[in-house]
Amino acid sequence: MSPDKMAHMANQIAAFFRSQPGDTADSVAGHLGDFWEPRMRRQLLDHVAAGGAGLDPEVIEAAQRMPAPAE
Amino acid sequence: MVTTCAYCGVGCSFKAEMNGDTLVRMVPAKGGKANRGHSCVKGRFAWGYANHRDRVLSPMIRDSVEDPWREVSWEEALGFAAKRLRAIQADHGRRSIGVITSSRCTNEETYLVQKLTRAVFLNNNTDTCARVCHSPTGYGLGQTFGTSAGTQDFDSVEQTDVVIVMGANPTDAHPVFASRLKKRLRAGAKLIVIDPRRIDLVKSSHIEAAHHLALRPGTNVAVITALAHVIVTEGLADETFIKAQCDTESFADYVSFVSDDRHSPEATEAFTGVPAAALRAAARTFATGGNGAVYYGLGVTEHSQGSTTVMGIANLAMLTGNIGRPGVGVNPLRGQNNVQGSCDMGSFPHELPGYRHVKNAEVRGIFERRWGVEIDPEPGLRIPNMLDAAVDGSFRGLYVQGEDILQSDPDTKHVAAGLAAMECVIVHDLFLNETANYAHVFLPGSTFLEKDGTFTNAERRINRVREVMKPRNGMADWEVTQALANAMGAGWSYTHPAEIMDEIAETTPSFAGVSYDALERLGSVQWPCNEARPEGTPLMHVDGFVRGKGRFIVTEYVATDEKTGPRFPLLLTTGRILSQYNVGAQTRRTENNVWHAEDVLEIHPHDAEQRGISHGGWVKLASRSGETALRAEITERVSPGVVYTTFHHPDTQANVVTTDYSDWATNCPEYKVTAVQVMPTNGPTDWQEKYAAQAAKARRIEAAE
Repeated sequence: MSPDKMAHMANQIAAFFRSQPGDTADSVAGHLGDFWEPRMRRQLLDHVAAGGAGLDPEVIEAAQRMPAPAE
Repeated sequence: MVTTCAYCGVGCSFKAEMNGDTLVRMVPAKGGKANRGHSCVKGRFAWGYANHRDRVLSPMIRDSVEDPWREVSWEEALGFAAKRLRAIQADHGRRSIGVITSSRCTNEETYLVQKLTRAVFLNNNTDTCARVCHSPTGYGLGQTFGTSAGTQDFDSVEQTDVVIVMGANPTDAHPVFASRLKKRLRAGAKLIVIDPRRIDLVKSSHIEAAHHLALRPGTNVAVITALAHVIVTEGLADETFIKAQCDTESFADYVSFVSDDRHSPEATEAFTGVPAAALRAAARTFATGGNGAVYYGLGVTEHSQGSTTVMGIANLAMLTGNIGRPGVGVNPLRGQNNVQGSCDMGSFPHELPGYRHVKNAEVRGIFERRWGVEIDPEPGLRIPNMLDAAVDGSFRGLYVQGEDILQSDPDTKHVAAGLAAMECVIVHDLFLNETANYAHVFLPGSTFLEKDGTFTNAERRINRVREVMKPRNGMADWEVTQALANAMGAGWSYTHPAEIMDEIAETTPSFAGVSYDALERLGSVQWPCNEARPEGTPLMHVDGFVRGKGRFIVTEYVATDEKTGPRFPLLLTTGRILSQYNVGAQTRRTENNVWHAEDVLEIHPHDAEQRGISHGGWVKLASRSGETALRAEITERVSPGVVYTTFHHPDTQANVVTTDYSDWATNCPEYKVTAVQVMPTNGPTDWQEKYAAQAAKARRIEAAE
């Protein structure tokens, strides 16, 4: 998946949870763990490690808190 | 013999009338609980595709998609497929292959296909066409009510006083339900249509909508929230219901959210295009008119905020106390005959049968003990993710049962690139469909007339499908999947679909009371069907919500990033017409084709005149994804600034224009909003000609020696 597309999808999730009660990064992390397959979560982590261009701050925080992708 | 129609999610019962082994007529069954003796032009007449000359009855294989097909024995085809899939897993890991289950096939067949990926491939890479239609319904209703399905039966419409039809076109897509709705409207029920297009229900013989909110595509959430704003701020909410049935904390949050002036119809009018006075009037009608029911379709779900709109509809039903009795409720009009069933059966990559997340060890344990394998606790890839992973090289093999993703899924060029990158694409279908252009193995399928099983319709009704003729290809689809699993060493030994249903009942609490004996006795049954409700559940959430208390969810409008501009100034939205069905694989191969032989582009006279477009002339339709050409139909059904087409014909391939934007929660594609330009042209585009040439080449079959 292109980094732009991944960032767009992740930021959309953050945009929803930003309007909800509770901690946005926690909710985003939960959603990513439930619905993003391990290689997608790995790609997100790699992108964050490389600077996280285009990602909203809550997504960068969520990437640290989401369940670690299985090998 | 009574069986169930295989077109839309209404699930009509039909009597198949035979002359010996030959089907001569399909007559709607008076005892059918979904249709009560009604039928439509598809179910009644469009079954001749079973005997169409395009039907492929022999398995075929090829090393490369550049080669012609070679007809081989079942054994050779299955062996070839099994060997390739295992080789891919050996080289690229167990998560490098997956399946797409079919919403056209039976519950039993779908269950086996997801079992194939979970128990034989040992991953969760299973998805189904609900991804691209009603996945937001599953998510949205699960979050608010606690269950991923409609709340009513179809009979419920007979006691409705006010109906909202939103983003659905029942007279074309769910005609038998539309007949029953129109009967109720003629008896005096009021209708509110929320749709960018003037669908037939807005005004036709003897019926007229009280309100038509012709919103701008992409602004559903703003309109739903504005309706709630009016109901809350004018004191029309059903406080008694809310106090008794709903979570008070979430309600308090919701009230303070919707009461804000920025959600008033006067504030949203500027971008939704819905006049404030019309919206206020519609809200008052719904909140004060008696039993209120919402029926909705893909115009709700297929958006960047599809899941949010579903939650908004659920909020509206709770706000007005319209849950838990006849005549009310939230009713998704499901597209395919068994799309409800395919979701129930665990086709989604994050859920085992019965909507239970794979991360849940207790649920995995039920299936691990039954299947004797360890189930992967990680969610699998969804269809769009599979295609992305294919382009990246980490996903290389796919078994597709009864679905044509190349024609039905958005952004055709991306789908084609994903398929072309795979090493083993297995298409299991009646015809060499568009996806088969990129397949290495073709396994012939059987029609709904040729097998036993069950379909589950939009009202959660499990209906029997009965074999009226022997499979022309030699095997029912469940037998083919079993043979593929066994070629990979599974050792399955089902001898009849009834045994598969028994396994479903044993492992899935909402199906615990379902068996072929029970279906014989009761005719049909609506899940949940278990010890507490041995005859099923026509109405959900009667004594409280499945999740306990109904949960209100704040629905903030976020505009889609698919925006019009100088290059692409119009908005395209897509849909269906009465005589054709979905990608047309079946209906195009029947006489129904005389009514709709090609897709056309509906455009408003004002937009047509500006561009020098004439009625019936060729136009080029272009977006940032691609372009295609088709004929124009000038009509005031669409508003200025909006154009519309269907996706029934591969010659047009309307999805080459749609984009890769999708619903935030589920990745359901945003089919309903694409920024486009339209201009006169003189015939098909270069891309269409290249596509047709590639398809013709890919369909060659080597002459037998």
